[in-house]
Amino acid sequence: MNNMIVSVNPHIYAKDTTQTIMRDVLIALFPAVIASIVLFGVKALLVEVVCVAVAMGCEWVFEKITKKPCTVMDLSAAVTGLILALNLPVDIHLWQAAFGSFVAIIVVKQFFGGIGQNFANPAITARVIMLVAFSGAMTTWAVPAFADATSAATPLAVIAGGEGQLPSLMQMFLGARGGSMGETSCLALLLGGAYLIYRRVISWHTPVAFIGTVLVLTALLGQQPLYQVMAGGLFLGAIFMATDYTTSPPTPAGKLIFGVGCGLITVLIRVWGNYPEGVSFSILLMNILNPYICDWTRTKPFGGVQA
Amino acid sequence: MKNNKLKILTNGIIKENPILVLILGTCPFLAVTTQASNAIGMGAAVTFVLLCSNIMISLLRKVISDKVRIPCYIVVIASFVTLVQMIVKAYLPDLDKALGLYLPLIVVNCIILGRAEMFANKNSALDSALDAIGMGVGYTLAMLAMASIREIFGAGTWFGIALPVLSENNISIMTMAPGGFAIFGILIAIINKASNGKAIKKKDFSCEGCPSAAACNGQNCAEKREAAAK
Repeated sequence: MNNMIVSVNPHIYAKDTTQTIMRDVLIALFPAVIASIVLFGVKALLVEVVCVAVAMGCEWVFEKITKKPCTVMDLSAAVTGLILALNLPVDIHLWQAAFGSFVAIIVVKQFFGGIGQNFANPAITARVIMLVAFSGAMTTWAVPAFADATSAATPLAVIAGGEGQLPSLMQMFLGARGGSMGETSCLALLLGGAYLIYRRVISWHTPVAFIGTVLVLTALLGQQPLYQVMAGGLFLGAIFMATDYTTSPPTPAGKLIFGVGCGLITVLIRVWGNYPEGVSFSILLMNILNPYICDWTRTKPFGGVQA
Repeated sequence: MKNNKLKILTNGIIKENPILVLILGTCPFLAVTTQASNAIGMGAAVTFVLLCSNIMISLLRKVISDKVRIPCYIVVIASFVTLVQMIVKAYLPDLDKALGLYLPLIVVNCIILGRAEMFANKNSALDSALDAIGMGVGYTLAMLAMASIREIFGAGTWFGIALPVLSENNISIMTMAPGGFAIFGILIAIINKASNGKAIKKKDFSCEGCPSAAACNGQNCAEKREAAAK
């Protein structure tokens, strides 16, 4: 008669833990990692290993010093480190990559209270800080394998009026273009995104709203929409960083607003801003607006009164 | 009694550090701490002005009418700042250029006005002098710590001397404004952690020195005290 006992809620629960979710994200990032190694060589793997190791190391050391429960094994630090690495150009100095991981974990994540407490995505914030700190090294792009262009200018820089030749759309899709090591191959990122949606780790709302907004707005502005969508860090940002649980709204409506906002700011920066790329800034800005979006889109419980 | 004097002197260094605990005078703290030598220069200038103004205000505390005390303090402070400014301009033109506007702005530096209001107008000249020295040293040490971190990692130099490995691998954001704010926050956190949060005193609300005391009869304070207790 044991199954007749009524316990306190929740009565239905999933077996998901932080660890299983983060493991799914790592699996989803695997195609992008492979793509980065194929396109940019073994150096890419080295940068990724350094970022992940430093991120996990920083988390462990900080939690030891502050005597907090150790959260290294929930793999969230590994995900942060890997996403940060995929956002870096392959020729970045290893100590600079390590500095980025340190900033992401210690300053952005742990100083604000650890997992689930950070106000902005650690990887994206660390990338923006590195962009300001090492502006030279962060915008020096290596020529990937299979690219017939000799210049490593990113497609966005070319569209913005820089020198160089645009790669073909197929090259853009497969990743044979200048850019950060993990952002160039749209194919690999889409595979990862499909896996995450299939596993229900993320929902389709944010990525579709984000990419769709960029597509529509650049088409309206006559800015070569297909290139704009596949160039830069849009896929990486939309699939893996704008969907961060802590820093994006939980409701579908909120996710749509979040994605549209990201897309709008990205296009504004790309078309009228000083920087050729705006994905990381847009996600950071929307992270800051996230509490307000959550407030606007709070779901009313069935039968509840308007708060 | 002797112990008490020592306490006044050492209060400003960690326990009531004007910058990292009282959070006063942060504008020059963020602006001029890109180089360690600037920090020492600014620290010395502030300490000198603080010492002179604290002694002067303490001596005049029975002469100055309570109603016009702030303008009087400003006049006293401004005269010493003018003095310092002329000396620095004449003998240390490089420092003058580096500190720029922040040297004359010592007039409105919260630390100096704050110590005049909080300490010098209630205590003897000797105590006020000791307080000024303690606060000045605390200010200079905090400036030096912040400037050293920013200069060593941001520019790879210390007091203008290039350091071997760091000068080629500098993290330039440290010398920019965002790096300044970030390190400021981290330093406050470290001091707060080191002193177990005891450095920051719980604020005591009372009618003494409150400008609107006559109108409110202590009601505001009672509400605030309740809120603080919660």
